Amino acid sequence: MAAVRCVDLCKTYRQGDQDIKALDHVSIEIEPGGFVCLSAPSGGGKTTLLNAIGGLDMPDSGEVWVADRRIDQLSKGALAELRLSSIGFVFQAYNLIPVLTARENIEFVMQVQGVPAAERAKKSMAILEEVGLKGLEDRRPAEMSGGQQQRVAVARAIVSRPALVLADEPTANLDSKTSDELMTLFTELNEHHNTTFVIATHDQRVMGYAKRLIRMLDGRIVDDIEQHAA
Amino acid sequence: MNIVMRLAWRNLWRHQRRTWLTVGAMMFANTLLVFMISMQFSMYGLMIENTLKLFTGHMQIQAPGYKDDQKMRQTVADIVPLAASLRAEFPDEKIAARGQAFALASSEDRSYGIGIFGVEPEFEPQVSSIPGLIKEGRYVRGKNATEIVVGAVLARNLRVGIGDELTLLGSGLDGSFAAAVVTIVGIFDSGVVDVDRNIAQIPLGAFQDIFFMDGAGHQVVISAPTLDAAAAVLPKIVAAMPPGSDLVVHDWDALQPGLKQAIKADMSSAFFMYGILVILVAFSVLNTQLMSVLERTHEFGIVMSLGLKPGQLGRLVMLETTLLGLIGFVLGAIGGVLLTSYFGVNGLSIPGMEEMAANFNLPTRVYLEATPLSVVIGPSVVFLFTLLAAAYPALRLYKLHPVEAMRTN
Ligand SMILES: Nc1ncnc2c1ncn2[C@@H]1O[C@H](COP(=O)(O)OP(=O)(O)OP(=O)(O)O)[C@@H](O)[C@H]1O
Ligand SMILES: [Mg+2]
Repeated sequence: MAAVRCVDLCKTYRQGDQDIKALDHVSIEIEPGGFVCLSAPSGGGKTTLLNAIGGLDMPDSGEVWVADRRIDQLSKGALAELRLSSIGFVFQAYNLIPVLTARENIEFVMQVQGVPAAERAKKSMAILEEVGLKGLEDRRPAEMSGGQQQRVAVARAIVSRPALVLADEPTANLDSKTSDELMTLFTELNEHHNTTFVIATHDQRVMGYAKRLIRMLDGRIVDDIEQHAA
Repeated sequence: MNIVMRLAWRNLWRHQRRTWLTVGAMMFANTLLVFMISMQFSMYGLMIENTLKLFTGHMQIQAPGYKDDQKMRQTVADIVPLAASLRAEFPDEKIAARGQAFALASSEDRSYGIGIFGVEPEFEPQVSSIPGLIKEGRYVRGKNATEIVVGAVLARNLRVGIGDELTLLGSGLDGSFAAAVVTIVGIFDSGVVDVDRNIAQIPLGAFQDIFFMDGAGHQVVISAPTLDAAAAVLPKIVAAMPPGSDLVVHDWDALQPGLKQAIKADMSSAFFMYGILVILVAFSVLNTQLMSVLERTHEFGIVMSLGLKPGQLGRLVMLETTLLGLIGFVLGAIGGVLLTSYFGVNGLSIPGMEEMAANFNLPTRVYLEATPLSVVIGPSVVFLFTLLAAAYPALRLYKLHPVEAMRTN
């Protein structure tokens, strides 16, 4: 079984009279418990690939399998169900829900899943502490810094222990110390819970944590190396 | 609290001023509707009660065909014993027997064709307000006295007063010539010109003698404590008709077809106006909700990416609208009840309604009453249209694409 399998994915955007190949025959297979970094220059297709894996966007051709289930043909409702139950997303922009507090944002997915209040509270408080946001639980996104919002977004993605976490530039707004703490947290989750991580990043430091590094350029995979954590 | 519910509530207060403006529009419409509808219902109730109280009663027992033909020979036989037995059987209802004939009434220098009613002086005051509207003299007494009360307009036309004699000429039940001389003992003034000009009343016994009725009459008038009670007792009265008789029982609706028509006409013109009001409110809600959905496209993209289904988003928008609508409903209904109650205590005189007031024997100052129906009906329709208006923005969410939605700002 593969946690993620992409077969010959293609996705082309038209911009004016120009065709942009965001994904150009991309095939990858990621084992459960994989810890993969996607690195590419800006516009290289990282976000497009993560969106395809998470069922947020449909490729023009090719197949996407998540946990041995083909998802590029599922309905919107079924995809929503899949994301809710087994995928955690960290988006490139923080993308918190503005009317909810930090803690409510973190509890959102669990609430939709129907997790009881007491358990939600326990988990969200614990994760807030882990990402270093203790004491900020009642702030709304507008009352937090970019880095703090980013950490709330990360907490929201991992709090319900999804089997697969897709993170798009999770450290973009963090200083190096906080970045390290976050990556340590990811590594622990990966080791203790066998959570699969796919992280898109420019950040050399983040790449250092990855077990496997995939480099892309103009929608194509140009390099795919196993590496051992530093 | 459920997460969709919590989001809905928070979203509602995100743009306080906009929410209050929309609620204000609903509230204004609802208050106005409750007040107007309560006023209409109060007027209709008065119109019906006052018209029926004057003379018609809630229902009448008649011979078949009498209502339309009013022929002398379409009689109710042994009418006094029939009325008496019904009185014994239905203690809550007021019951009186009448005979009716057309006659030429002549004073010393003038003659007019009028309707002569034979009445039971003992019971007539219970079913009709005319005996209580005597402005000069007294009402007729006894069973057989040759006394008469006439309307004020008729008295003026005939140039007669109390103590004067009138000669009545007509034809009896058998077609023979009927004539009598009666003494005027009272003059009534109901304010309804038709009644005051065309009607005179004499005791039923005398009526039966003069017109050779042989114990018969033409109508048994029945009044119940309320209109609703009347509707409930009608089938029982029908069942109590003497076996083998072909008598029919007409309700007020059949006896006064003009009344319901006037109400219906008034209602349909009013409800047309209300309809326009409701549609205006619905469009204001449509505008608000469409705007609030469009400006949240980005946010909806996030929650969809996290795993909320389009249906749940649609429900969120409907829930927000429901909350909005409920606030408007409650505040509007309260406003309407307060406004109506104010005029319930102080009364309301409506300029331009004098003619209608005179036609239907209404007082010039009306004391309004808010009933559960009159309070709920308007706001309910507004609420329903509010939900309908929000359905469009809610349904649009099914087409939302999470990635594209998150790209918009
Ligand atoms: N909705 C869209 N319409 C048109 N072009 C798009 C759209 N989304 C992505 N693209 C294009 O597809 C290519 C890949 O975009 P993508 O967002 O996947 O890059 P990325 O690697 O995530 O870049 P970044 O590091 O800047 O986030 C880019 O050239 C981009 O301009
Ligand atoms: Mg990107």
